[in-house]
Amino acid sequence: MKTTSVEVRLPSRMGYEKVAMSTAAAVAKLMGFKEDRVEDLKTAVAEACINAIEHGNLLNEGLSVGVVLSSVDDALEVKVIDDGKGLKNLPPKPDIDKKIHGEEDPRGMGMFLIQALVDEAEWVKGSNGKSSYVRLVIRLDKEAD
Amino acid sequence: MQTETKARVDQLTSPAGHPVTVLRYEGDIASTSKDAVLGTYQALPKQTSKLVLLDFTKVDYINSSGIALVIQMLIEAANSGQKVYAFGLSPHFTKVFTMVGITKYAGLFAGQTEALAAL
Repeated sequence: MKTTSVEVRLPSRMGYEKVAMSTAAAVAKLMGFKEDRVEDLKTAVAEACINAIEHGNLLNEGLSVGVVLSSVDDALEVKVIDDGKGLKNLPPKPDIDKKIHGEEDPRGMGMFLIQALVDEAEWVKGSNGKSSYVRLVIRLDKEAD
Repeated sequence: MQTETKARVDQLTSPAGHPVTVLRYEGDIASTSKDAVLGTYQALPKQTSKLVLLDFTKVDYINSSGIALVIQMLIEAANSGQKVYAFGLSPHFTKVFTMVGITKYAGLFAGQTEALAAL
């Protein structure tokens, strides 16, 4: 089993999630992922970074978001690390009907998309209220939907 | 870092003779796109723009904040008696729009010709 790691550090500024997205796509392509899975990964990584920038680091540009991509055999693991306290609870699945009828915030799709697009997603609280992270895993042999 | 969103409005007529307002977007659809996405839509005359068609052909990146802007538009359209349709999404974003349920309130088409033929 050979592990290869790539690390990226992003400023906590909206838009820089695209740097992590491009890096993740490059690693996934090197591993042989199909185009549709690369697109799934790009969206999941982008949403994880946006959450870290906005909710974890509260848009404080003095803080950075760490992105660690580790490929092991047929899987790519992505950890997105911020300085926030982490999630208390996972939000409920978004309901488009409630959103359209004004019963639910139109926002709040990010975590749902992450969970729907990768094979594993877990949110881990950091010790001492810092270095919380989301861990994503996408597998090479996953059949396309 | 995010590509500025550009929006252009075209007035077309469907083969069935219905006026169709096409909003053509270019660039990223993200949190910074509110003016381009919602502002352009809100500037349309509600009485005459009953059929609104969104052109995503030149959009490469849509994140959850951008999806929220589209949902916001769908809310306003539902309240104004307008119908919204879209075309030009990549296969990936077609899947994403389907996953989040947007297709329940906005019909998606592969291209402009297919969309106009259905309106």
